[in-house]
Amino acid sequence: MRPPSFSYQRLSSVAEAVQMLSSTDNAKVLAGGHSLIPALNQRLSQPGTIIDIGRLNELNGVSVTGSSKLMIGALTPHAVVAASNNVRRYCSALATACGQVGDPQVRNWGTLGGNLAHADPASDPPTVVLAAGGKLHTMGPNGERMIDAADFFQGLFTTALQPDEILTAVEIPIVADRKSAYAKLAHPASRYAVVGVAVFLNTENGSCTNASVAVGGATAKPTRSAAAEQALVGTALEDAALDAAAAALTNEIQGDAVGDIYAPSEYRAAMAGAMLKKAVRAAMV
Amino acid sequence: MTTRIFGSGIKRREDPRLITGQTRYTDDFQLPGMVYMVVVRSPHAHARITSIDISAAKASPGVVAVFTGQDVPLPGVPCAWLVPGSDLKTPAHPVLAKDTVRYVGDGVAIVIATNRYLAQDAADLVQVSYDVLPAVVNPEDATKDGAPLVHDDVPNNIAFRWVASSGDEGVDNAFNEAAASGVVVQERIVQQRLLPTAMEPRSAVAQWDQFAEELTVYSTSQNPHIARFILSALTGVPEHKLRVIAPEVGGGFGSKIPVYPDEALTAWASMKLGVPVKWTETRSENYQVTIHGRDHIEYVEMAATNEGKITGIRGKVYAGMGAYLSTAAPGIPTILHGLMYSGAYTIPNIRCESIGVMTNTAPVDAYRGAGRPEATFLVERLVDRLAAKLNMDPVELRRKNLIPPFENGHNVAIGLTYDSGNYEGALNKLLSIVDYDGFRREQAAARQQGRLLGIGVTTYSEICGLGPSQVAGAVGFQGGLWESAIVRVSPAGKVQAMIGASPHGQGEETTFAQIISDELGFPVEDIEIVHGDTDRTPMGWGSYGSRTTPVSGAALVLAARKVKEKARAMAAHLLEASVDDIDYADGKFMVRGSPDKFKTIQDATLMATLAWNLPAGMDPGMEASQFYDPPNFAYPFGAHAAIVEIDPETGTVALQRYVAVDDCGPQINPMIVEGQIHGGIVQGVGQALCEGVVYDENGQLLTGTMMDYAMPRADMFPTFELDSTVTPSPHHPIGVKGIGETGTIASTPTIYNAVMDALRPLGIEQIEMPLTAPRVWKAIQDARAKGGA
Ligand SMILES: Cc1cc2nc3c(=O)[nH]c(=O)nc-3n(C[C@H](O)[C@H](O)[C@H](O)COP(=O)(O)OP(=O)(O)OC[C@H]3O[C@@H](n4cnc5c(N)ncnc54)[C@H](O)[C@@H]3O)c2cc1C
Repeated sequence: MRPPSFSYQRLSSVAEAVQMLSSTDNAKVLAGGHSLIPALNQRLSQPGTIIDIGRLNELNGVSVTGSSKLMIGALTPHAVVAASNNVRRYCSALATACGQVGDPQVRNWGTLGGNLAHADPASDPPTVVLAAGGKLHTMGPNGERMIDAADFFQGLFTTALQPDEILTAVEIPIVADRKSAYAKLAHPASRYAVVGVAVFLNTENGSCTNASVAVGGATAKPTRSAAAEQALVGTALEDAALDAAAAALTNEIQGDAVGDIYAPSEYRAAMAGAMLKKAVRAAMV
Repeated sequence: MTTRIFGSGIKRREDPRLITGQTRYTDDFQLPGMVYMVVVRSPHAHARITSIDISAAKASPGVVAVFTGQDVPLPGVPCAWLVPGSDLKTPAHPVLAKDTVRYVGDGVAIVIATNRYLAQDAADLVQVSYDVLPAVVNPEDATKDGAPLVHDDVPNNIAFRWVASSGDEGVDNAFNEAAASGVVVQERIVQQRLLPTAMEPRSAVAQWDQFAEELTVYSTSQNPHIARFILSALTGVPEHKLRVIAPEVGGGFGSKIPVYPDEALTAWASMKLGVPVKWTETRSENYQVTIHGRDHIEYVEMAATNEGKITGIRGKVYAGMGAYLSTAAPGIPTILHGLMYSGAYTIPNIRCESIGVMTNTAPVDAYRGAGRPEATFLVERLVDRLAAKLNMDPVELRRKNLIPPFENGHNVAIGLTYDSGNYEGALNKLLSIVDYDGFRREQAAARQQGRLLGIGVTTYSEICGLGPSQVAGAVGFQGGLWESAIVRVSPAGKVQAMIGASPHGQGEETTFAQIISDELGFPVEDIEIVHGDTDRTPMGWGSYGSRTTPVSGAALVLAARKVKEKARAMAAHLLEASVDDIDYADGKFMVRGSPDKFKTIQDATLMATLAWNLPAGMDPGMEASQFYDPPNFAYPFGAHAAIVEIDPETGTVALQRYVAVDDCGPQINPMIVEGQIHGGIVQGVGQALCEGVVYDENGQLLTGTMMDYAMPRADMFPTFELDSTVTPSPHHPIGVKGIGETGTIASTPTIYNAVMDALRPLGIEQIEMPLTAPRVWKAIQDARAKGGA
């Protein structure tokens, strides 16, 4: 593997990193390196300067603010997210998704923020953050911003993040009695999601009162499915309701589903439905 | 009583250094003044080079030199398996393309710089203009009139056409009769292309010593003596001035048998520039240019009576060769494939026609099993098809047709003489481990609930331990297939055993030490197996075709026995006894009847080495060398079974059990045997379930990285259930056969047939490999649309 030459900087605070990023041409932030370094090695990415933020401890860790927000630092590795009791308690879908990212090495090095900033359409965490109604906190030369996940993911490897901004944290709202799950069909080579579905559900007396469904992997960016959500709300989440919701989801994304040499679009669309059923069942146990 | 280290599962002595990184692979060598080579490769599958501009590359920082095909005077890389009677064409394989590139990855220039990064920077600046030509990638389509020609001098892209037949008339009659009053089953099988994916990519370091006029090449080779032979021919450096060292080699699976343009270019560059040169491929290059395996399109059929007696098998195989004929390529789909159509069965009429086809793709050559996995797959596939058609149990059908047990030679209709076999013995053992009848009951119940549960059973025999040199000559292999060994005991009783074969992960440093320890009584710690260096080892033809233990191991045993006889004579002399009165046990030579009067082999060695008092006619020293040319191939065999369950909703195949009973004769080290079988099964399952090279119609490699090409992973597998039977080879001095490839040979059809068994209720008969979830799902959808259960 032969990356092109670049200069390398390691900085000691977010403010310094932002300052450096905005004042340097063709600079890129390095977090866990598990997307950036492969791109460098294949010379798909040729930044002049690499700004290593990997050791900024201020961006690493999970906390609960009051009882309404789960805050996850951008540099928190997938493995730490997956193992966090707070994440498992308030957003178990995210723990599941991060626990299924790649292999142990990827999970120990790769970070949640790097994953979201990279916005690979086959990534797992973006789907969950979108379905959860998450918000992304950023820091740039003009200060902090907070971006709704629904606005953040814009397309293939494209986000609302400005080139001189750093993603600092992910905020997940804590909703009382909300259950969640993530179900994934992994690509046999990359282990990225061929399809991943995240569901967040509330029920009262056995009936679904609120549903949020997002699908990833199948489409160019993670996508909420209004049709699937409608099909679930008001039902007892019984088999027939799940079949209907699955069909609705498949139907809704059919036109946008991507196909490749491994899985044709038809398969991805169908599997979105299958994963939806699996996710709902997992959420309700 | 004699204790034997032979047969004990001692740990692999090579592992501590391998798993702690305390060893050196080719790319680890750093020589003073060394520079780095990068090959500029074609992005097109087929194109004419209209111009190459190297000026920007030459001016790039750190660049030492840039050369194109016009600058490099080396002759082309030879093909070394010239299969006779096949009208073989051997199109030129230049080390760098001069006017035409023929596959994505074909080399067009080399850039040498002071480090590999600067070399890559400069390589990116080499400007090559191409006129793109139409490409052809499918070996069957490539033979059709009007298909683009890969080489102008190979009409219809047909490099060879080879036929093996037990007698065409008999074959035709068998099929005619079966068509009239029995059964014929047919299948079109696509043996997809595979990537060998050795963990260590290829690498070469060349050092030209201009004063001694000697060339040293460190190379990731499975056969350094062959590499020397070919590199000598290419560079003009005579063999006695050329040393090839294969240091630690991280797997090969056949991909490190050939000599490629890259190693020759590295050697040439060092000679040209007078400094050491290193070249190491990236994984992407490994996937583009290191040989691929398989790539057959086969039309095969089997004839049988209504009672299930197989009467004939025949096949027509389009075997993709890629853009150039690699070192052993023509021998794989012919000799190592067509001659194995009998499998483990009595089949009176056999015919194989193999057509070697050039395409605009990476060269194809031997990949683990090389020809036999393809043969075993089609035989086992047809047997299962036949069982389905006759509505017979596939195991019963096999049993009906297995060759009965034999200990010393059995002739099959296609002309081979299998050495020994007891196929039914292995099958019976397998079935009792699996509880076959119990499974069938479980399956019937599961089917009632709509579950897709299936079993596949394979009985196989394979050919390995290549092979008698006379046969090698008769089948056009441009080399011998013997091995040699030197066993040298130093004065203080330490043993160095030099072998010409070149283990690269298989564990012979352990098993061969066990062999010597068993023969001579030296402890394993006192025995060093020296290999992988043409200056330190006697000539040998290398490690492939599961031949190291059957052939090199035999040379070693016989050399050790010579040492033993010399030590016995020496001991007798020291004990003032007659040689005939000396007994041997555990490294001690004793006077018969008075076991307290003895000399150890160390005593005998020391006295023979000091040579103060030798028996009349004995030369000093304790050393022996032995050449060994095997009288026949070795034929390991066995029976494998797999149980799978398919998730109808996603098409995912889950492997629930894998049971293997293999027979490689007596096992020197059962743990190492199991390790070989484990790895082999995994690779074979990889072919069945996930691996497959994809080129698009323009010859672009779409599975160019490990993110796209699916290697099998540990979490796909249950714990393997292994057992064995022991049927010695009658012709080997210690009865052993090869075990390096059986897992790969048997597991692909086992899994495939298990999946088809699971899908039987839906009426699905065939899905192209690999059996990925989307493909299985699609087959289920289609079957349901057609009204299957
Ligand atoms: C073998 C393998 C398998 C994988 N499998 C999966 C999988 O199954 N599912 C999955 O979801 N992912 C998978 N990944 C991707 C993995 O999750 C990566 O870790 C992740 O995509 C990137 O995180 P990182 O910290 O390594 O980021 P880096 O590689 O360091 O950076 C990635 C990109 O994001 C930018 N960036 C990083 N951090 C920030 C930040 N805080 N602010 C602004 N920009 C930033 C970088 O500049 C760069 O452009 C896999 C990766 C590999 C190598």
